[in-house]
Amino acid sequence: MRYSGFRVIKEALTGHKGWTSAWRDPDPQPHYDIVIVGGGGHGLATAYYLASQFRQHKVAVIEKGWIGGGNVGRNTTIIRSNYLLDGNEPFYEFSLKLWEGLEQDFNYNAMVSQRGILNLIHTDAQRDAYIRRGNAMILNGADAELLDVAQLKREYPFLNYDDARFPIKGGLAQRRGGTVRHDAVAWGYARGADSRGVDILQNCEVTGFRIENGQCLGVETSRGFIGAGKVGVAVAGNSSRVMAMAGMRLPIESHVLQAFVSEGLKPVIPGVITFGAGHFYCSQSDKGGLVFGGDIDGYNSYAQRGNLPVIEDVAEGGMALFPGLGRVRLLRLWGGIMDMSMDGSPIIDRTDIDGLYFNGGWCYGGFKATPASGWCFAHLLATDQPHETATAYRFDRFQRGYMIDEKGMGAQPNLH
Amino acid sequence: MIINHPLLGPCDAQEFIYKGDARLIDRPDGMSDGAEAAFYDYAYLRDNPAGEHRELWFHEQGDRSWLVVTRNTLTHEITSVELARDVARSRGRSA
Repeated sequence: MRYSGFRVIKEALTGHKGWTSAWRDPDPQPHYDIVIVGGGGHGLATAYYLASQFRQHKVAVIEKGWIGGGNVGRNTTIIRSNYLLDGNEPFYEFSLKLWEGLEQDFNYNAMVSQRGILNLIHTDAQRDAYIRRGNAMILNGADAELLDVAQLKREYPFLNYDDARFPIKGGLAQRRGGTVRHDAVAWGYARGADSRGVDILQNCEVTGFRIENGQCLGVETSRGFIGAGKVGVAVAGNSSRVMAMAGMRLPIESHVLQAFVSEGLKPVIPGVITFGAGHFYCSQSDKGGLVFGGDIDGYNSYAQRGNLPVIEDVAEGGMALFPGLGRVRLLRLWGGIMDMSMDGSPIIDRTDIDGLYFNGGWCYGGFKATPASGWCFAHLLATDQPHETATAYRFDRFQRGYMIDEKGMGAQPNLH
Repeated sequence: MIINHPLLGPCDAQEFIYKGDARLIDRPDGMSDGAEAAFYDYAYLRDNPAGEHRELWFHEQGDRSWLVVTRNTLTHEITSVELARDVARSRGRSA
């Protein structure tokens, strides 16, 4: 069923009896050409682009729980392409361009809202760094704009411009950045993939890989063995656990990142704002809640919940930037598990096992990457060649010394 | 989280810096054959288990000792805390 304004009116006049399920609930077939492990945003996007761009129709997505129940529904919904390094910026700009056409492409309202993202500048050194980053963005076809304090005061009058410790000296804006309704991304990709013949198998946990003579022949699951020509793993957060079943150790640690939503308010924040002196970022959802977050907790965790010191730290950052926040009550907070890689950048690559491919290591930046991650992983699975924007995301970059370390922190995952 | 320091008693985890997997104690010999591969493994690859994890915490805002903390990554429960010096000695790593 194609969704449209006409369809909404027709259904409204006929008692909403014509809506059908957005995707099927099929039984597993014994063999697929390509099996994607992980029914999150990246896995579903991969399946969607395999079917829509690479003419692969015997594809299954295997999900332990229900689709969209993991990090694609736990993030702070921000999209942007404000990276510095050559290995990253073309990829994230490709992703932002895909976001811009996504809703028409998969015929689903994902509420893509390009309300802009602003990174605040507090020191002269930071201004130099942001000018450099803005130039790198423009050279890669993205948009970037340096704002001075007068412009900021006009557009963001509620910020604290009198803070002696962290004075606001300007900002780097990307007007094309913004927010997206994250659940709808998972649902839209699922529906688009399903309608093109992809089987989405929920409540189907992978319990092992069948590997013979260095070749991956399929996956053992809680619903039986499923054979596959190729297996792609996209389970960020749990990558180490899943790939351990194939005997691999990864350059990844799992860490917990907390996020917060306040009670609903009238529109107060026009876009996404990040505090450059501490670590705090904030946007306002369409329901009115302020959505904000800060740093990861900083220790290995699979618990999907964090601890109080980080909550205090985030609240302090918020108050330093936006004193009006002090009267707002916190509604919910939660944690998600991040694949923190050794250089802060992701991996989209084949493995040493024939037929087994990996997509992970997204740190806390996986959501904005969803469309390009899916497209590039589909490209790799279908053609055995990396997509031109993802050539740097190789497993062996650590061994060869080609890290993509935006923050220059080295092999210390909790500092990226 | 409260870390029960073997010398100082219970301390807030905020006083510590987290370093990661306690296997970092086992630094390879840079002069040995295959040192390059061993250092790649040492510096970049992690077991990253879900469950019991032995990890290094540095008491930066305390007595500046290194601890080996055994903690469950699914529940954050800490089951044992040792001085990293004792662990390194028992492995023949330190005088």
